Amino acid sequence: MTSAQLEIQLIASLVAIACAIPGTFLVLRKMALISDAISHSILPGLVIGFFITHDLGSPLLIIMAALSGVITVVLVEFIQKTKLVKEDTAIGLVFPAMFSIGVILISKNANDIHLDTDVVLLGELAFAPFDRLLIDGMDFGPKSLWTIGVILLITLSLLFAFFKELKISTFDAGLATALGFSPVVLHYGLMSVASVTTVGAFDAVGAILVVALMIAPAATAYLLTDNLKKMLLLSVFFGVFSAISGYWLAHWLDASISGSMTTVLGMVFLLVYLFAPKRGLFSVLYRNKQQQVEVSLLTFLLHLNNHTEKSERHINHLNEHINWQKVRSKSVVDLALRNNMITIDKSIISLTEKGKSFTDKAIDYIITNDDSKIESIKEDFFLFRG
Amino acid sequence: MSFTEYFELLFNDYTLRTISLGTAILGAICGMLGSFAVLRKQSLLGDAISHAALPGIAIAFLITGTKETNVLLIGALISGLIGAFWIRGITRRTHLKSDTALGLILSIFFGFGMLLLTYIQKQPNANQAGLDKFLFGQAATLLARDVWFMATVTLVCLLVLLLFWKEFKILLFDADYAKTLGFNTKMIDILITSFIVLAIVLGLQTVGVVLMSAMLLAPAAAARQWTNSLGIMVVLAAVFGATSGVVGTAISASQNNLSTGPVIVLVAATFVILSFIFSPSRGLLFRQIRFIKNRKDLQLHKTLAFMFDIAKRHENISHPHAVKILNNFHGYTKKSLSKLEDKEYIRVEGLMWEMTEKGYDFALNLYNQQVEEND
Repeated sequence: MTSAQLEIQLIASLVAIACAIPGTFLVLRKMALISDAISHSILPGLVIGFFITHDLGSPLLIIMAALSGVITVVLVEFIQKTKLVKEDTAIGLVFPAMFSIGVILISKNANDIHLDTDVVLLGELAFAPFDRLLIDGMDFGPKSLWTIGVILLITLSLLFAFFKELKISTFDAGLATALGFSPVVLHYGLMSVASVTTVGAFDAVGAILVVALMIAPAATAYLLTDNLKKMLLLSVFFGVFSAISGYWLAHWLDASISGSMTTVLGMVFLLVYLFAPKRGLFSVLYRNKQQQVEVSLLTFLLHLNNHTEKSERHINHLNEHINWQKVRSKSVVDLALRNNMITIDKSIISLTEKGKSFTDKAIDYIITNDDSKIESIKEDFFLFRG
Repeated sequence: MSFTEYFELLFNDYTLRTISLGTAILGAICGMLGSFAVLRKQSLLGDAISHAALPGIAIAFLITGTKETNVLLIGALISGLIGAFWIRGITRRTHLKSDTALGLILSIFFGFGMLLLTYIQKQPNANQAGLDKFLFGQAATLLARDVWFMATVTLVCLLVLLLFWKEFKILLFDADYAKTLGFNTKMIDILITSFIVLAIVLGLQTVGVVLMSAMLLAPAAAARQWTNSLGIMVVLAAVFGATSGVVGTAISASQNNLSTGPVIVLVAATFVILSFIFSPSRGLLFRQIRFIKNRKDLQLHKTLAFMFDIAKRHENISHPHAVKILNNFHGYTKKSLSKLEDKEYIRVEGLMWEMTEKGYDFALNLYNQQVEEND
């Protein structure tokens, strides 16, 4: 591994961390798409900054770009406040317009310079190590490493300083206001951090990957945990993991680094989406199935409880009466048998003591709808665990 | 090239006519279907789907090796549909919200698409140039064949829309009611989403992945401001969309170095801004005017009510009072006094004012009237 490769991976990892932190809060605040809007609409800021300085490396570019990101947020909120259109429509109207202005400015005025829209969308991480920070001829490493390092440092210190405030205002805006934290200041603070991070990261990895790095790790982590701290740590982990493995995938395929990082992020999300222990697709489907069986079992037991006459409890009659298919009735009867809820005597089913008391408890719960009644059933039953 | 020249050319020049027709049709279909997207609060679905279509284009090229637009668009359609239904799956099955799902699918599919595009570019044998045109779109590459294809799809869309108009409408405004009436809401939902995906895929070649969402949203958002009826909104949105297409093409053709997609988007955005400001019932301008007028009326009524309080203590309501006693009253100004005089509610003589019969009656019934008006 050469030092350039190491530097690329280092930059990618730092970008991933810097994006994951604001991204987590954006996802929790249901504002994930703002990152998409910002990443597109910093383009006119960049272009105008370039026209003023004629230098792609100037810090004014970053300031202008971040400013146009914040302007986008303000515009979106202004349109939302007029109530002329729905919230998401406001986002969808503002950023394509901003992006179009940027594209037109570039194509009208900047044909001969190195500022084309492909680079804006994709970034070129592979070239990042060649743009070095030189002070008095000394080599201090790649420029983008410094940019993103500083941004990450600011983000981290803000996170540690305002963690409590952010947490409260994210989960209970009303309480936060009552406690005296200004939600407006926190909101715009978060938006500014997101804006600056987008600009800093976008230099290295391009507009789309910034969005992916903000949303995907946080969304993946959110499927695994409910704890804010764990979610932050997990999303940082997923970000860094996909940064490094994405680099090697790109190396192997000889393709765009940012594209392959996004692909790895997507695959990680897909895996978690399918297999997450509680929220994953399979476990949700399994739980639904399980609940279906339990409801059937309960219906069956209640039916037995209601009828004392033998004809109603004959095993064949049950099939007709509750109107179940054969397979399903068999599985329900088997389940009840295994749990010693019923006994079958010459095809006549009757409740055991255990089944009887269980049914009584269930009826009690259904009638009173009192949560304390189901505490004891919960052990036997998946269904009542909520 | 000036506009008049452009319109001369429009009737003579084959290429320009094709392109203008193409963008007009595209604008119309996008406006039509965009109305549904906007009203269903799925505005950003268009953005997500258009980005999600990119890997489909790349994979279609990798498999078939042709640059035949229709083949690539079928790839885009498939991957757009996968994206759209995965978004549905995420919001249904997990606790992730729709904004997260949209942003996630958008960025991941797009990143994957870019990975494939750069991979294709590095392949030695592939004549890949031209796939990038789907990023920003190149209206100039529209052929008569493409326009015919677009027109056919639009026609089919229109037919289905008219056929299922009632179903679409009821699903839009009251999904639960639609369900109780026995409509298969899931099928209607899938149908409408598929049509939105189709419209987006059609636009990719012209406007490109990045700006496609604006094509869908902007005409519909503008049309929404002018009407409360779904039918009128759909027609208006189609007209706005088609106009932005034609005007955008005209502007970009009349200048050098101006790509069509962004110009069309900006024209559509102009429609939105104009509608936001000048729409009579919802627009910001008239809203502000109404607001100021109401405030003035309120001030006037307050002053009159105050005068009424003074006047009613006298047997003769026209008993003159000094203007001075109004000075401490908050709503009083010289202007409001002369306005009241214009309406003949009071008479002012020198430094004294007196209430007229008319003013007394009006003030007496001031609040009764307002209740009646509200009823």
